[in-house]
Amino acid sequence: MTTEPLAFQDLILTLHKYWGDQGCAILQPYDIEVGAGTLHPATVLRALGPRPWKAAYVQPSRRPGDGRYGENPNRLQHYYQYQVILKPNPDNLQELYLGSLKAIGIDPKLHDIRFVEDDWENPTVGAWGLGWEVWCDGMEVTQFTYFQGVGGIEVDVVSGELTYGLERLAMYVQGVDNVYDLKFTREGLTYGEVFLENERQQSEANFHGYDVDGLKRRFEDMVAEVSRLLAMKGPQGQALVLPAYDQVLKASHLFNLMDARGAIAVAERQSYIGRIRDLCKACATEWVEQERARA
Amino acid sequence: MPQLLLELFSEEIPARMQQGAARDLERMAAERLKAAGLSYDSLITFAGPRRLTLVVEGLPAATPDREEELKGPKASAPEQALEGFLRKTGLTRDQLVERDGVLFAVISQKGQSTAALIPGMVDSIVRTFPWPKSMRWGSGTLRWVRPLKRIVALFDGHVVPFDIDGIASGDTTEGHRFLGSGQPFAVKNFEDYRAHLEKQFVLLDVADRKLRILEAAQKVCADKGLALVDDDGLLDEVAGLAEWPTPILGDMDPQFLDLPPEVVRLSMKVHQKYFAVRDPAKHGLAPHFVVVANVEATDGGKALAAGNSRVLSARLNDARFFWDEDRKTGFEAWSNKLSGVTFHAKLGTLAERVDRIAALAREIARTMKGQGMDIDPEQAFAAAKLAKADLASGMVGEFPELQGIMGGYYARAEGQPDAIADAIRDHYKPQGPGDSVPTAPLTVAVSLAEKLDTLVGFFAIDEKPTGSKDPFALRRAALGVIRLVLENGLRAQLSSLIDGVIWDHVKRWDNQYYSVLGVSEVRQEGYQDGAPDKPEFVRDFRHVRSPTSLSEFEDFAKLVFIGAEWSGVDGVETERFLNGVADRWFDPPIQIRANLLAFFADRLKVLLRDQGKRHDLVDAVFALGDDDLVRIVRRVEALDAFLATDDGANLLAGYKRASNILKAEEKKGPLPTGMVETGMADQPAEETALAFASAAAQSAVDQALETEDFAAAMRALAALRAPVDAFFDKVMVNSDVPAERDNRLKLLGQVRAVMGRVADFGQIAG
Repeated sequence: MTTEPLAFQDLILTLHKYWGDQGCAILQPYDIEVGAGTLHPATVLRALGPRPWKAAYVQPSRRPGDGRYGENPNRLQHYYQYQVILKPNPDNLQELYLGSLKAIGIDPKLHDIRFVEDDWENPTVGAWGLGWEVWCDGMEVTQFTYFQGVGGIEVDVVSGELTYGLERLAMYVQGVDNVYDLKFTREGLTYGEVFLENERQQSEANFHGYDVDGLKRRFEDMVAEVSRLLAMKGPQGQALVLPAYDQVLKASHLFNLMDARGAIAVAERQSYIGRIRDLCKACATEWVEQERARA
Repeated sequence: MPQLLLELFSEEIPARMQQGAARDLERMAAERLKAAGLSYDSLITFAGPRRLTLVVEGLPAATPDREEELKGPKASAPEQALEGFLRKTGLTRDQLVERDGVLFAVISQKGQSTAALIPGMVDSIVRTFPWPKSMRWGSGTLRWVRPLKRIVALFDGHVVPFDIDGIASGDTTEGHRFLGSGQPFAVKNFEDYRAHLEKQFVLLDVADRKLRILEAAQKVCADKGLALVDDDGLLDEVAGLAEWPTPILGDMDPQFLDLPPEVVRLSMKVHQKYFAVRDPAKHGLAPHFVVVANVEATDGGKALAAGNSRVLSARLNDARFFWDEDRKTGFEAWSNKLSGVTFHAKLGTLAERVDRIAALAREIARTMKGQGMDIDPEQAFAAAKLAKADLASGMVGEFPELQGIMGGYYARAEGQPDAIADAIRDHYKPQGPGDSVPTAPLTVAVSLAEKLDTLVGFFAIDEKPTGSKDPFALRRAALGVIRLVLENGLRAQLSSLIDGVIWDHVKRWDNQYYSVLGVSEVRQEGYQDGAPDKPEFVRDFRHVRSPTSLSEFEDFAKLVFIGAEWSGVDGVETERFLNGVADRWFDPPIQIRANLLAFFADRLKVLLRDQGKRHDLVDAVFALGDDDLVRIVRRVEALDAFLATDDGANLLAGYKRASNILKAEEKKGPLPTGMVETGMADQPAEETALAFASAAAQSAVDQALETEDFAAAMRALAALRAPVDAFFDKVMVNSDVPAERDNRLKLLGQVRAVMGRVADFGQIAG
């Protein structure tokens, strides 16, 4: 890194440019709270069915239980993931990925880049895959996964998924130890100036603020809505999977909030996760049929 | 002779799977070559981060021609049988050969060129390769551990052309991902392949990679006057993570040296795969680490060492957070937490387990104290109460491997005496055959209690190990018990220890057993009065007297049946309970005890066999029903020594002869009983001599056993050898005179009984 390290937003713009040049549709973040970029329908649903797909986007990820009131240098309840999905995965996906690291200033002859076994799975959406966590000088900077199944269904065509932890990557590139010290812009606006107050307020709300009964009630409402929407038909006679999936995401986030509030008993936990997984599976099953028909 | 070179080049193979894959490739290739009738001089496989390689030397260019003779029907057989045989062989009647009235078909098979056989073999290896986990990629259907990119297949210097799911074989491969030329290159044969790879920064052989790591890691340490902390497991792993492993010394912030060294080391190892570094001048770790990079960085590794150092600081900061928080939290809070943690669904919570272990540790400590060991039973109880608390600590949550070790540190930090802290720290030991056995009395008591509770619990719920499956590590626990007892010379009846644990389990099943016993009690009273027609189910059991021991419980359990039978009330619930189908339990205690004792016998055999002793001797001694391990082993050793002597070996033969005669007679009817006569008319001298010798041996053996002098017991038996030999030499057991025959059978019975007090010689292989 001989030149000035990239500011946080320049890192994003560089990745956008890089993956856009590889033919990816550069999407914007999904407008519903999610715990990970994978949950964006552009990944989790598009990974199903036979149709090719290439997209990249930034996804704000919310993990209510990870909030630390802005006091921990690398834990946040709201952070960014950079998500790339290529379906089917190109043969040279590893090389493309390494190219993206070079683009943001990580020289693999100066740094130690490794592909370390890590088989990813997300039980709440019934998704799994094989791949690696990519290490740069001992730090995990990316999750690299070949999707094998989504929503409990084996995929028709394998997608390659890359999830960059943007804050970590930026901290590495800029050489800072505290996420709030990251330069957000070249002019020197810091990540802390953008997000510190948000972390403080959201942490308090996540741990102590939200009304548990209200969360539970809304969770049940969302769950009921999923089945209702799936039973309805759209103009071409199709089930309303996309709106139904939105409700699954909302239910999932409500569950995470209840969990952060300490309102989920150990014994209840599995049952909540199971319910969300079943809803996801219902959406995925319906969606894959639709996709196969559209192909 | 031609050479076969095969390389399966893929994206990064998980380090933990590489060596297994090399073995599987070796086995699968050998099986297929053998099945094809191909001989070879050598077959070697290699596995690394991106490739599996096979080289077979000395293959023939083709398989030999083969002639096979197939036996057909008799010449006189009906037409259909003949037709069937002709169809099967594809021959005509006049091509068959007749020999002794039977038809034979001689089928000759032309040899095939080896090169032509290779594609099929490789295809079947690739498609059936037993990866622990495999995947598909792209739009294909082939499965491999990660995407398979290239196949090199050279036989005798030529490409063997084939295609597996779109991947064509060839002669080109790739070097190191970053250090290599970046261009694929062609190879001619194995020697060329290996040399070319090395030029392209790939060490093919894991042994070379390990050597390079070890030498360079030691060197970077020695250059700074430091020493590497060896770790074979870590070495194996990092050798699978880099094709060109390059150790680099990094700096660790010295402020972290006040953390326990185990924490620092594990944090480095588990999360970062770094080696720890010692300072030989001082005791303990040095503020450095060795990272094994996959590149020789253009700046000599400065940037990557600095990067790794930053990551390590973040990791150690997390560890420090746990260390600080844990010491604020403390044992009391953790112990409370354990009541919310399930140990096993059928065996209750960790808190219940701790209570059982503590009670048992106190019992064991009392026994030890009774044998003159320096131990305070109440302290054993206290230590065991604290032993599992660290499972609720943050650090052990993060690093389960530190269980016990952290407890030891935290106990000391809370001002517990060293003996208690040591017992907490070491009570999981010995963790395997190579681990040391605790000798501090308090630790021994807690460690034994911990293992016995595990063994009894899982045996009780029928989770015994089967075959290669031992998910609860019960074999290790049993071996641990045996070694703790033997190496500390602890005298104890295993069965009574086991009973103690079973009883503790029984006592703690809340309502269920109380209710059964309650019913039984009520019925029992009714039974004694002989009055009421209608036994009442009493659900208030506070006034019911509880049994106070396992044997009393078993008696109670029997009464339940009597009560149920007498009252005519359906005793299904009772029966379910006692037969072990109730939710939380159980084989009947007597069954658990028997299974567990047999399991211990088995483990002891394995242990003794590993020490070079005969396992049939363990059987011979266990058959006596003794369950004092120290005594059993002494007896086995004495027996082993005895059988090695001439007297021992001959006496064993005599025993077998006597035993065979008696067994044959037993089949005909009951053996005669009573005193052996010595004053019978015309009685051979050898018979009376044996009678006297046997009586003398009996009292000598009894006396020796009384004092556990097994060598003396063996000597007493040795005195029987000459009279036994003389008896069989001169005396005919099956006399026509019934009185003589009876007396001789009685005599042999007596000899068998005397010997049987020392060991069951019938179990010993002749």
